Amino acid sequence: MDLVVDPTTEKPEERAVQIEETVGNVHVDNPRMRAENVQVHYGDKHAIQNVTIDIGANEVVAFIGPSGCGKSTFLRCLNRMNDTIDICRVDGRIELDGKDIYDPSVDVVPLRARVGMVFQKPNPFPKSIYDNVAYGPRIHGLCDSKAELDEVVEQSLTKAGLWEEVKDRLDQPGTGLSGGQQQRLCIARAIAVSPEVILMDEPCSALDPIATAKIEELIHELSSQFTIVIVTHSMQQAARVSHRTAYFHLGRLVEVGPTKQIFTSPQHSLTQDYITGRFG
Amino acid sequence: MTKAMMTPQEAAQRVQQSVNKRYAAERRFQLIGKLAIATALGFLVILMSTIVSKGVPGFFQHYIQLDVTLDAELLDPRGDASVDSLFDGNPRKVLQQAVYAETGASGRKGKKEAFKLVSSGAQDRLRAMILDNPNLLGTTQRIWFAVDDDVDSFLRGYIKRETPESDRRLSDRQIGFIDELQAQGKIEYQLSDYLFSGSASRNAEMAGVKGAVVGSILTLTITLLLAFPIGVATAVYLEEFAPKNRLTEIIEVNINNLAAVPSVVFGILGLAVFIGFFGFQRSLPLVGGFVLALMTLPTIIISSRAALKAVPPSIRDAALGMGASRVQVITHHVLPLAMPGMLTGTIIGMAQALGETAPLLMIGMVAFIVDTPTSFVDPGTVLPVQIFMWADFAERMYVAKTSAAILILLTFLIVMNALAVVLRKKFERRW
Ligand SMILES: Nc1ncnc2c1ncn2[C@@H]1O[C@H](COP(=O)(O)OP(=O)(O)OP(=O)(O)O)[C@@H](O)[C@H]1O
Ligand SMILES: [Mg+2]
Repeated sequence: MDLVVDPTTEKPEERAVQIEETVGNVHVDNPRMRAENVQVHYGDKHAIQNVTIDIGANEVVAFIGPSGCGKSTFLRCLNRMNDTIDICRVDGRIELDGKDIYDPSVDVVPLRARVGMVFQKPNPFPKSIYDNVAYGPRIHGLCDSKAELDEVVEQSLTKAGLWEEVKDRLDQPGTGLSGGQQQRLCIARAIAVSPEVILMDEPCSALDPIATAKIEELIHELSSQFTIVIVTHSMQQAARVSHRTAYFHLGRLVEVGPTKQIFTSPQHSLTQDYITGRFG
Repeated sequence: MTKAMMTPQEAAQRVQQSVNKRYAAERRFQLIGKLAIATALGFLVILMSTIVSKGVPGFFQHYIQLDVTLDAELLDPRGDASVDSLFDGNPRKVLQQAVYAETGASGRKGKKEAFKLVSSGAQDRLRAMILDNPNLLGTTQRIWFAVDDDVDSFLRGYIKRETPESDRRLSDRQIGFIDELQAQGKIEYQLSDYLFSGSASRNAEMAGVKGAVVGSILTLTITLLLAFPIGVATAVYLEEFAPKNRLTEIIEVNINNLAAVPSVVFGILGLAVFIGFFGFQRSLPLVGGFVLALMTLPTIIISSRAALKAVPPSIRDAALGMGASRVQVITHHVLPLAMPGMLTGTIIGMAQALGETAPLLMIGMVAFIVDTPTSFVDPGTVLPVQIFMWADFAERMYVAKTSAAILILLTFLIVMNALAVVLRKKFERRW
């Protein structure tokens, strides 16, 4: 008789009962963003339940967890992209540099300039490479002259590791690049407005290993200047690029900790199961 | 298991059989498709060749050459070549002299019959010529005048020589004149200048489409100016801003229903609202434009909404994520991407409006208007209504002119569609 229960056969609802408090230290010394008791509802569906976490300055935080656990939902709360979904309701408090971003007085336009976003599928505008990168600075009025704008475009593309590949064809459509190049173009576009935080939702899921390696390297370099939150399904990727890792499960934040610790000695049994590939 | 599984060989054989069946079905399917296309094309060819073969003669008519002595005393009685003086003049007399000289007609009846060979529009043409260039006074000019439509019909063979004189619209004497003039090469079959420079006229040989074409252009200008901005704005609001609730749902259903409302209903509406309530005059291109705009709006709104819906959400996300405001997302990204679809819808709507007759009949654009409209508030008619009227006239010559006018209408439609393609290509090139 075998008494060990295979975790994958258990019903998720039953497992959810085991989650009460987030394991690990959710707070950091110098937070750039803080989320407190965040609840998200899509209509009746309770997609995020009571999540509290700090995102430290110049830190790379990885969100991991099984599909549908609410990683994207929570990430999209951080720059209020969920505002565009009619049925979505966000409660709780999310601060950027000490100020509540859901305060009625806050304008989402400047907020999104400070908290940029890179999406799962590369989505360059159907415009030229130059215009793609110049779009943010233009709409936010960051540059006074064409020369200044040229400078910003070059710097952003250089930081995104794309300058050498595209400098001779800046006037060609961004949609004509390869998938990996397009994703780096989207990153260049996001950093062109000098945001404080960059949110990345599975930025490498549509890319091959070489393009992925380039992006990971890029994230590593960008972390000296920006705060980065990355959602990923690849545990290796989380391990390679992030300083801290947060494990989500069924809308709850189960465990947070330094990446090394999460991957070597997870505290919660759910995290353990996920890390070891027994679940999710 | 009770039954043994089939061997791979058996399976392969069965697959082969089913594959053959599938191919046969596919071939049948393709054949049906090709037949359908061939039938459609066949009808199109028949349609076009009938219209073209009937319409081309409408672009021509017979002209008679006359040496006209532009007698200064008759044409310019006051001798100062002023407009008033020229309008007091007597071009009829001048023309009569030229006709009598050319035909050698004599006697009261002979002269009368000879003068009837020339279109009654010839006098106006003569006066217009002098008005344009008073220096011609006193000279003798060789001028081509349109022949009367009965003469034209005779020359085209619609009026038969064999018919007894009493049943014929031309007398034996007139036929004699015509034969003689023809023998001298003084009657020619030429490209009709009346068709393009004339307007509605009771005289078939003088009738032209100019007034109707101008009327159509004026009317459609109003339609476009109203329907395109309102249609696009409505579509953008409904698609991008309006909350999804009961009210917007009702609006949506009603717009879809409006697209299916018979066009004559819009005419009744126009009659009641614009003419009855606002007191506009009848037959105005302005009112016609209003009515056609109402009719075209649903088409434009529906196609614009479809075009907006087709814009990938990832582009919106990208722009919103960059901190663009909703209006910026729409003006910078969504509208340029949706524009080709919106333009296509608009041009389809405009093409419908161009060919529309029924609603315009309701607001009196069917009135017999000789002058070409010069503004939006000058009474006028439009091309399809003109065609409709001509098709109703008894004179033989109108048959050809009707077909010619249809050809002109078709040309406009083709030009508009070509424009749609060009515009679409132009916008698409901006990816
Ligand atoms: N627009 C929406 N409307 C309604 N429910 C939604 C919407 N977006 C997400 N959800 C629901 O919220 C829950 C969390 O979804 P979310 O996309 O955040 O998951 P995720 O962790 O990002 O999953 P994945 O790893 O597959 O991307 C899911 O159960 C999903 O069905
Ligand atoms: Mg996701």
